[in-house]
Amino acid sequence: MGELLLHTVRAFLVGGALCICAQLLIDLTALTPARILVVFEVAGVALGALGIFEPLLEFAGAGVGVPLLGFGGVIARGVREAVDEQGLLGVMTGPLSAAAGGTTAALVFGYLVCLLFRAKPKSQT
Amino acid sequence: MQTVFEFKEKIEVFSWASAVGKSEHDGPLGRLFDFWDETDRFGKNTWELAESELSHAVLALALKRAGLSHREVAFLFSGDLQNQCVASSAAHVEEEIPFLGIYGACSTCTEGLLLSAVMLNAAEEPLVGAAVTTSHNSAAERQFRTPIEYGGQRSPTAQWTATAGGAFLLRRGEQHPHIVRAMPGIMVDGGIKDASNMGAAMAPAAAASILSYLRLTGTAPADYDAIVTGDLGREGSALLEMLLREKGVFLGDRHRDCGNMMYDPKKSDCHAGGSGCGCSAAVLAGHFLPCLAEGEYRRILFLSTGALMSPASIQQGGSIIGVAPVIELVGGNGNG
Amino acid sequence: MDKQTYGALVKRRAARTRVTSNCLHAFLCGGAICAAGQLLTELYLFLGMAQRDASTTTTITLIFVAASLTGIGVFDRIARFAGAGTLLPVTGFANAVVSPAIDNKSEGLVVGVGAKIFTVAGPVLLFATLSGVVWGVIYYVISLFA
Repeated sequence: MGELLLHTVRAFLVGGALCICAQLLIDLTALTPARILVVFEVAGVALGALGIFEPLLEFAGAGVGVPLLGFGGVIARGVREAVDEQGLLGVMTGPLSAAAGGTTAALVFGYLVCLLFRAKPKSQT
Repeated sequence: MQTVFEFKEKIEVFSWASAVGKSEHDGPLGRLFDFWDETDRFGKNTWELAESELSHAVLALALKRAGLSHREVAFLFSGDLQNQCVASSAAHVEEEIPFLGIYGACSTCTEGLLLSAVMLNAAEEPLVGAAVTTSHNSAAERQFRTPIEYGGQRSPTAQWTATAGGAFLLRRGEQHPHIVRAMPGIMVDGGIKDASNMGAAMAPAAAASILSYLRLTGTAPADYDAIVTGDLGREGSALLEMLLREKGVFLGDRHRDCGNMMYDPKKSDCHAGGSGCGCSAAVLAGHFLPCLAEGEYRRILFLSTGALMSPASIQQGGSIIGVAPVIELVGGNGNG
Repeated sequence: MDKQTYGALVKRRAARTRVTSNCLHAFLCGGAICAAGQLLTELYLFLGMAQRDASTTTTITLIFVAASLTGIGVFDRIARFAGAGTLLPVTGFANAVVSPAIDNKSEGLVVGVGAKIFTVAGPVLLFATLSGVVWGVIYYVISLFA
């Protein structure tokens, strides 16, 4: 139980800290949200490539796994494994295979949701 | 060469109507508008058609009040913010009124009134003309910004495109509030590239138009009961004041901005105020024309302010060009 | 007044973003989403899933929740408060896919939804793939000499 609490608190603090970094980029630079997501995504791949992502994931769990950084980290890991198995072909099959779960979920749920709902006008209150 | 057009025949706005969406109805001017829709849909399935319905319905109401039918109208200047001005064409196709679609971004309302006055002066016989302007928040969000359900934070300088519209019927005459003079504005590029600060992009054009108009007519701000800008919002209004002060012109309380009047900044999350071409149209029809008719105002300048840009021009790093045509309106009991 | 002077005046005058409170909101909301993700992962582990499967299932669960909140029109209200707190977690990615899908339903399910579904999230997917490929090539070259 104590371990569960510790993991959750770590995830909260690290995840929250990453969100502060993103918020600072939104508020203090001219970067648009789409660009900021790309920055975190590519940073995740870079951290994975440099071997830093896995220890981070070990420490913070969902704190780095849930933010978009984790998407990049998982892709870096998937690419490495694919290249180990398939050689050069793994370069092509690795990235999207690693991203498949999240991407497919977003597409499928997106399609289902759009069949069920329609947009409501933006509200000021 | 910038010119103030003094109309031989004064052109009176003898009937008008306005309509708004929910956020606008909840604003300080809410009860002044003729009708509103709780869902912003006006009974239609798409936002684009909702705006068309708004455009159609305000004109129908203005005609009904005047006891006229569509067939008695000689021309219609109608504009909106949708691509290719399609809200207006879809709105008025059934009416068989000779149609002239116009696009002046948020300056459309003044542009339509100015052009109507010119047309009515050019005609041999006395005719009735119409000018309609609308904008719709949801249609504009999708087209210019992000999907409606996208979760983002708006910049504090951003403005809120009003779901609003106004229709005006015009003819020669001086009994009702009437247009005595008008001046097309010169476009000004203030170098602003931030689409979240349209007020800043439009303020230089508004300042240039006000200064030119005062100089060309030999008038001073004190000659007008109000100098009304379209949708500069809080940012643009403050910048307008600074730009005019630099030239020694002080508007003070005379300056009113339809964008500032539309929402209550304390109660709503409108940020820098309202915008959209329907904003100035609805506020003119809901507030300023009734005030002119009742003698509360005798003479006003009305400048809808337009920010000329497209999503592509913004993404390509182009600056937002401002334009502000001017009409001078005199109340029914003024001496023109 | 030239453009530079005016631009400086506009910047000086512009209403300020409330950075501190935005960051606080982002921290609390983003932290809460990540903590919820951790609890979900622990739950899936408890149910007997392997570590990686538990993480992937967590991601899919969060995407499902964010997609549903977007559908009922609540996500954008939360995001207005949370800022990067909902943007950066995978919830932001889900919203970026779902919101254009809902928006473009009026233009049809194939050319509307189908073609526009990646208008917001497309860059993330493209650059994820590109950076993955770049890393793959580097790793392949390294592994040749290792």
